[in-house]
Amino acid sequence: MIPELGHFALILALLVSLVQGTLPLAGAARHSLSWIALARPAARAQFLLVAFAFGCLTWAFVANDFSVLYVAQHSNSRLPLEYRISGVWGGHEGSLLLWMLMLSGWTLAVSVFSRHLPDAMVARVIGVLGLVTVGFLAFILLTSNPFERLLPAAADGRDLNPLLQDPGLIFHPPMLYMGYVGFSIAFAFAIAALLSGQLDAAWARWSRPWTTAAWVFLTLGIALGSWWAYYELGWGGWWFWDPVENASFIPWLVGTALVHSLAVTEKRGGFKNWTVLLAIAAFSLSLLGTFLVRSGVLTSVHAFATDPRRGIFILILLAIVVGVSLFLFAWRAPKVGLGGSFGLVSRESLLLVNNVLLVVAAGSVLLGTLYPLFIDALGLGKLSVGPPYFNAVFVPLMVPLLVLMAPGPLARWKHAEMAPVLKKLLPALAVAVALAVAVPLAYGQWTPLTALGILLAAWIAGASVIAVIDRLRAGVTGQPLHWWGMHLAHAGVAVFVVGVTLVSAYQQEKDVRMAPDDTVTVGGYSFRFVGVREAMGPNYRAMVGELELSKDGKVLRSMHPEKRAYLTSTMPMTEAAIDVGLTRDVYVSLGEPIDERAWSVRVYYKPFVDWIWGGCLLMALGGFVAIGDRRYRMKKAAAAKQAAQGAAA
Amino acid sequence: MNRFLLPLGIFIVLVVFLAIGLSLNPREVPSPLIGKPAPAFELPQLHKPEARFAPQDMQGEVWLLNVWASWCVSCRQEHPLLVDLANSKLVPIYGLNYKDPRDDALRWLKQFGDPYVLSIADVEGRVGIDYGVYGVPETYVIDKAGVIRFKQIGPVTQDVLEKTILPLVKELQK
Repeated sequence: MIPELGHFALILALLVSLVQGTLPLAGAARHSLSWIALARPAARAQFLLVAFAFGCLTWAFVANDFSVLYVAQHSNSRLPLEYRISGVWGGHEGSLLLWMLMLSGWTLAVSVFSRHLPDAMVARVIGVLGLVTVGFLAFILLTSNPFERLLPAAADGRDLNPLLQDPGLIFHPPMLYMGYVGFSIAFAFAIAALLSGQLDAAWARWSRPWTTAAWVFLTLGIALGSWWAYYELGWGGWWFWDPVENASFIPWLVGTALVHSLAVTEKRGGFKNWTVLLAIAAFSLSLLGTFLVRSGVLTSVHAFATDPRRGIFILILLAIVVGVSLFLFAWRAPKVGLGGSFGLVSRESLLLVNNVLLVVAAGSVLLGTLYPLFIDALGLGKLSVGPPYFNAVFVPLMVPLLVLMAPGPLARWKHAEMAPVLKKLLPALAVAVALAVAVPLAYGQWTPLTALGILLAAWIAGASVIAVIDRLRAGVTGQPLHWWGMHLAHAGVAVFVVGVTLVSAYQQEKDVRMAPDDTVTVGGYSFRFVGVREAMGPNYRAMVGELELSKDGKVLRSMHPEKRAYLTSTMPMTEAAIDVGLTRDVYVSLGEPIDERAWSVRVYYKPFVDWIWGGCLLMALGGFVAIGDRRYRMKKAAAAKQAAQGAAA
Repeated sequence: MNRFLLPLGIFIVLVVFLAIGLSLNPREVPSPLIGKPAPAFELPQLHKPEARFAPQDMQGEVWLLNVWASWCVSCRQEHPLLVDLANSKLVPIYGLNYKDPRDDALRWLKQFGDPYVLSIADVEGRVGIDYGVYGVPETYVIDKAGVIRFKQIGPVTQDVLEKTILPLVKELQK
């Protein structure tokens, strides 16, 4: 009964979304107040219905209702409760429902936190979101109904994919989807602005916090996925340039460009068309990512079950949403005036370079991801594009971007003199050069690439430190939060670069055969193999290895990597044991048993690897702080006044 | 020409490619063996280990080589289809029992039916390497001259059987 209620709620939600996607938009066009007033209640009803449906599916999982096909495919009575809950988004149908929940959640947030916006604008934004909602609800109901019954019911479920039975995977998809779907808000604001013809600084100010919020979630989602791959897959890698990873990374790059170009549009009224195009692109690429992941047109380690009908449906949805938006853009953009002019050297020009580099980087990742598809479609053969392409193309694009990150925030709007900025940055450069020489030498091996990485990281971090000291010394107190947020995020990039540089240059790895009492050493750490014993988990049997970690003859701890065999699956799972540290991780994973006593064991020494995710966390924190800026919550009157002043100036 | 139409143009090209991509299977890798003589081997038969089988024995006949194993779940899916095909006597099917203990293999055939003229036991998977087997089941169509003409990776479906394999077999048998 409860699954049917959920299904029914989704049908009602579709009906509501039809209202939400039409009347408020028509009302805004025809100045019909009563139709405009429908937007907020429709958004709220929409959220309640989708949340109810989601709750019904969760209930079916928690209650082990194996008469629901989706539950029978993705759960099992022995599955621990937390994974029964996260199992809701462990497959195609449920993850789409999660997508939908996020979309209606973001729409609800717009309806609640938009009291300072003109009602017509809110109606347009909610209307556009309503149209996207129609598409996705129709997709769920027509091709991917999670509430489909299995009669007679299965005695027990097939169990959740063991790879997904992990704490990292409880949070990774919701975070990622929050980011993906969050860009729908920036998109809806852009379309609303195109529809109304009001592409101005006020519009940019309204969409900025939403864009940043989406970007924060996407950053966290990608970082969580990378962290999960690192400790769960047992290869010790943190990024593989897999098509599905790229599908999330491309919107991130474009979203990062958007966050920066919005600053120009808000502060200087420039880049308007470009910003709108980026907002459309960021969400379009999120949809494209969904298509790539869900349709199976690319081979990926994320081997999802695919169904061609679904692929066609998402492709049509993608074509309509993006096609119509880009058409609207081509129609309206020529009428949008240019913003304030700016000099060759200015904050604007630096941000322009930032945007170009980020978009080119996103384009080259997209090209590499889709290249096998293009070649296959043209009948030119089968091939795959691997990390060498991505590293060769991506890294050189990031170098100038990182170089310009330091002077960018210090340069003035409109027209800047580079000499005083560079003079101010001289101490940062000195420290950076010193570290670039010293750090690789301290590791005993100096290479130009490592030195470059350290140089860039120190340069960026140094510039932020100088900026903060500068403001404090000048006695300018009470910097706005978005300023602090920016420097935090930039410092995060520096931390990230340190992690990537050091771990790629100095990680050590050994694959060895170990019998009890054998010892292996990497990076100054010794591992003594004690043995392997058997253990039982709730739904798996495990071989638990024991290794004693020591350094300089001092025993530090014992480590327990596992090899698990889940009862419902033939796939053996590796659980690495990791000793986490600020300056290094040591990482052990069990391979295969070689004979009765000996196992193949893989040990890694990974310097500064946690800085990779620490950097992402700092970036996300920076974004979070920036959203808190008071400026975004000004009352209508004050905002209008400031916008008028901005236009006059 | 309105330069603002450029993004729309690029997008349309992209959609066309994606639409073509949908009809392709990225996991399907063309076998380099197609059009080449079937690699030679000589292995014991599953039911009569003292008797041996070599593909050279099949000269002058069109036949199917089906790679199967008792541990292979998808084999169960295609098995009823193979049994029907064997009953129709349109084409002889030979089984390559891949990396399977003999007892398990025999029990499996007893349980699900035996569509094979005979099965060959490739316990160590050597022949599987020569044939480029990377997923079980796989099915090869081999012509009268002993040349591989088609390879199906994964279970044979009704669709593939009727639209590809049987017409091809009929053509080759002429």
